[in-house]
Amino acid sequence: MKSDSNLEKVLAGGGFAVTAELGPPRGADAEDIFKKAKLLGDCADAINITDNQTAIVRMSSIGAGILLKQRGIDPVIQVVTRDRNRIAIQSDILGAAAHGISNVLCLSGDHQKFGDHPTSRNVFDIDSIQLIQLFKKMRDEKKFMSGQDITVAPRLFIGAAENPFADPFEFRVIRLAKKINAGADFIQTQAVFDVTRFEEWMKLVRDKGLHQKTNILAGVIPIKSARMATYMKESVAGLKVPDEIVARMSGAKEAKEEGIKICIEIIERLKKIEGVRGVHIMAVAWESIVPKIAERAGLLPRPKTNNNSAVLL
Amino acid sequence: MEPKETTSEAQAGTQFEPEIVAFCCHYCAFAAADLAGVMRLSYPPNVKIIRIPCTGKLDIGYIFKAFEKGADGIIVAGCEEGSCHFQKGNLVAKKRVAYAKQLLRSIGMDDNRLEMYNLSSAMGSRFAQIATEMTDRIKKLGPSPLGRKKNDQVEEIKK
Amino acid sequence: MITAVQKPIDEIAGMAFRHKRILIVGCGSCVTVCFAGGEKEVKTLASLLRMKAKMENRELAIDEITIERQCDHEFIDKIAALVEKADAVISVACGAGAQLIAEKFPNKIVYPGLNTTFLGITEQQGIWKERCQGCGSCLIDKTGGICPIARCAKNLLNGPCGGSSDGKCEINPETECAWQLIYDRLKQLGQLDSLEEILPAKDWTTSRDGGPRKIVREDLKQ
Repeated sequence: MKSDSNLEKVLAGGGFAVTAELGPPRGADAEDIFKKAKLLGDCADAINITDNQTAIVRMSSIGAGILLKQRGIDPVIQVVTRDRNRIAIQSDILGAAAHGISNVLCLSGDHQKFGDHPTSRNVFDIDSIQLIQLFKKMRDEKKFMSGQDITVAPRLFIGAAENPFADPFEFRVIRLAKKINAGADFIQTQAVFDVTRFEEWMKLVRDKGLHQKTNILAGVIPIKSARMATYMKESVAGLKVPDEIVARMSGAKEAKEEGIKICIEIIERLKKIEGVRGVHIMAVAWESIVPKIAERAGLLPRPKTNNNSAVLL
Repeated sequence: MEPKETTSEAQAGTQFEPEIVAFCCHYCAFAAADLAGVMRLSYPPNVKIIRIPCTGKLDIGYIFKAFEKGADGIIVAGCEEGSCHFQKGNLVAKKRVAYAKQLLRSIGMDDNRLEMYNLSSAMGSRFAQIATEMTDRIKKLGPSPLGRKKNDQVEEIKK
Repeated sequence: MITAVQKPIDEIAGMAFRHKRILIVGCGSCVTVCFAGGEKEVKTLASLLRMKAKMENRELAIDEITIERQCDHEFIDKIAALVEKADAVISVACGAGAQLIAEKFPNKIVYPGLNTTFLGITEQQGIWKERCQGCGSCLIDKTGGICPIARCAKNLLNGPCGGSSDGKCEINPETECAWQLIYDRLKQLGQLDSLEEILPAKDWTTSRDGGPRKIVREDLKQ
């Protein structure tokens, strides 16, 4: 085992993993994290905490991650390269690991123009692939990027994101290979709505044997309303929402129920795809629905490993 | 930006007579002006014609120089679009005049003091019309906010 | 060339109107090519300032001169007398030229008439685009002749990111995704497999991050 991660244990045990996601609060509000922890704790093997997503300032991913650890939950902290240089990144990960955090998702990050501080500088000292390489070096070689020794190396389970629906399509598999070569132990994909297209991508992935070199978790987003479906289709680059889903949402009597149904149908199809080792549920502004989805999709109960008992301070 | 000009028409009873400079291209506008003369058409004497080979030759610097020298209004007249003797000179001029108008607005001058017109060499009466139109327009706008050249200023002081 | 845009006239007037006599100095090099601070622009700017001053009943005399370029001493030396005459100077050269004038006349107030923007090329008349950030260690041999430092909003070396869509960057639907361009170019060159190589983290010491830079040529120094 590369780390003390619960997620790693579940995947190593051959199980179909489940991860969920929570967005931290816009304040020093520990209660908010504890509330969400209670809601999601039993539904997932690990929970992602976004890192100033959309470049909007929120409680830090590591800060929220420590709070989750206090409640016995395995966090996946996210690290974007937009806001920190290599010095801060290495420093932060040592701090996170000292608190028992293992899972780390490596991202470039949305450009700051989308956030609440568009006039800030951006950093992008390194990119997401160099970040994966860095964490691997720290963990396996026990060295900093400078080549100097780390006294106590962080034990990490390294993740990366991939978007099978972004352009250029043909290049996405090469990019995935690059991330795996850099050291990605697990991959969380962007939300899948067009399962057929996702299946095509997975075929290309399997042709290169990549599915065996890493653990691919397919992303899903439950749709709350017809308007959300349309918005995601028209305004979010990198999301491919088929017309039929928009139609189903628009025509549904009970939009939320339809959204849940669609999500579960997608999860059922994803379970059957060779090489998909789990699912990553991103219930944007709808965390409360995750337990219901997990249950109806037959994902509960989550396996108990030694790791998800509460850590006493 | 709102023009910051103030009209000062009531200059102790004298009717304001605008000074208007018309940059006319040789092949169309100037020929039309010539024709207007031949046809004995009258148009206001306020309009002073400057012949240039093509409106495309017009540097925006000439426009501002003319204003600085006391022009109250400026006409830029060229061939009809599509018929420029030099193919695209009048199209280039169109963009430059639009840009010059923008610059006039940026310093608080009314951009209606500058206008571009298109006509063919056969349109003598159109030329007369343009000259009259512009003179009337500038009469309403009043003298240039830059004031007149020295002699006129002396007259004003005397009054 | 170095591209720049003239500052809004109100901003320049704010600087100019503190004085009674100013000199506007133009530059015959880059800023002439991008129509920001060449001889014609100097002429127009001087006219506009005189006109605006007149309208506001201010006394303002303006001298105008354009020199070959403002980044070399010899050309500035030639106008020393004109500079001395003025209460203040407005330089419509790039930031480098404006600073050299200020450096050579430390007792004169020197104002920047332009906002210097980027190192770029003329895509077509009237449109200039950024191409180079002066990072000090050019790597476009690895990216098909296209620079990801200057042209990728996140200066990724192993792009594209997830925000690349239809060949456009997430920050603006009109901005091309540099990595899409790189991908297409490498495909054209038959070098797509070079994209499988992971480019390592950049050494930023040769760039602005390393501090103000200089070049010294012993063979050329006097």
